[in-house]
Amino acid sequence: MFAEMAGYFQNNMDDFLRAIATHAAISALALFLAAAIGIPAGILCVRHRGVQRWVVPLFQALRILPSLAVLFLLIPVLGTGLLPALVALVLLAVPSILLNTVAGLLQTPEFMLETAAACGMTRGQIWRSVWLPMALPMILTGIKNAVTEIIASATLAAKIGAGGLGEIIFTGLGLYRFDLLLAGGLTVALLSLLAAGSVSLLGRLLMRYKYV
Amino acid sequence: MITYVVKYYDKLLGALGEHLVLVGLTLVFSLILAAALTVLCVYVKRVEAALVGVCSMIYSIPSIALFAMLIPLSGLGKTTAVIVLTLYNQYLLLRNFLTGLHEVDRGITEAAAGMGMTTGQTLLRVQLPLAREAILSGIRLAAVSTVGIATIAASINAGGLGSILFDGLRTMNMNKILWGSILSAGLALLLDRALIAAGRRASR
Repeated sequence: MFAEMAGYFQNNMDDFLRAIATHAAISALALFLAAAIGIPAGILCVRHRGVQRWVVPLFQALRILPSLAVLFLLIPVLGTGLLPALVALVLLAVPSILLNTVAGLLQTPEFMLETAAACGMTRGQIWRSVWLPMALPMILTGIKNAVTEIIASATLAAKIGAGGLGEIIFTGLGLYRFDLLLAGGLTVALLSLLAAGSVSLLGRLLMRYKYV
Repeated sequence: MITYVVKYYDKLLGALGEHLVLVGLTLVFSLILAAALTVLCVYVKRVEAALVGVCSMIYSIPSIALFAMLIPLSGLGKTTAVIVLTLYNQYLLLRNFLTGLHEVDRGITEAAAGMGMTTGQTLLRVQLPLAREAILSGIRLAAVSTVGIATIAASINAGGLGSILFDGLRTMNMNKILWGSILSAGLALLLDRALIAAGRRASR
């Protein structure tokens, strides 16, 4: 089996590297978009209780949907290829970021905000230097969950023509070739662990004051 | 869409049944394993952090990758699917079980120990009833995530609703894709609601 794997890497190194690059690129783009939607939407939810009342249950329900169903349901609407895969990944990642942003902001103790206001901070200052830093750990947990969800679903997205490492795994399944399965599977697993690890590391860097 | 159901309802019901068997088996195995691991953590406090760490690492591996890595060991089919799904649930269950047990007021557990209860008695008669809420929410999370990941298991010949989805994708049959999605999403929502209701009844 190891000889087979070595042979695979010898013959298909270019394809393999291209698959990693596609996978990483689509995952990074999806995460960026999901954060760009999820965090502001979460802030909006906390500012306007009326919005929160219907947005939060909606996204809780969206989180229950199986990711395969979300991925496949978009085919009638958007067809196959890179775009529907990207939309599906964003849809799958936004809930955990949004819900964690809301939860993080809501669990900030009221007295801290009042103290900040009493110290003469403006609304903007309170947001920047009290509210958001207090919510940061929860938001980062949301991003970490989102990143693993995105990398996992990006693997499945190979089925709808998005390319990436999933393609190697599905080819391996089709041909029942262990070398392809292991090469694809191990790489996806490592990529996912690496991404989750770097989000944790980012958290440590951003919240260095906690670990002094 | 409706005519499709009328014509092929037996096929859809068969897939739904297979899916339920897969989810049911997984939940039984994962509850047994998670309970054993939780008890281990209670008695041997040192292993707790390591065990939760390992489980969270497994949990962050994409399911299709874990399926792919296990196929050389346990082959295609239901066995591999149940193993992978059980492994995934360990993180959700263990984390919730342990959080629930830790959230029980120290005063209460110390009082129990002071009355002469052993660790086992405290766990069974004091901590477990008080941690019911967290335990149940762990089981709910695990059930919903199992329904979702079990659809992916169809790609390694484990059957279930995922096979309808993958068939639909291969033949570009929208009816199959739609019904596969509706049934799997519906099953997840229904199971979630049912467990909430069961929890309410139990704690009344």
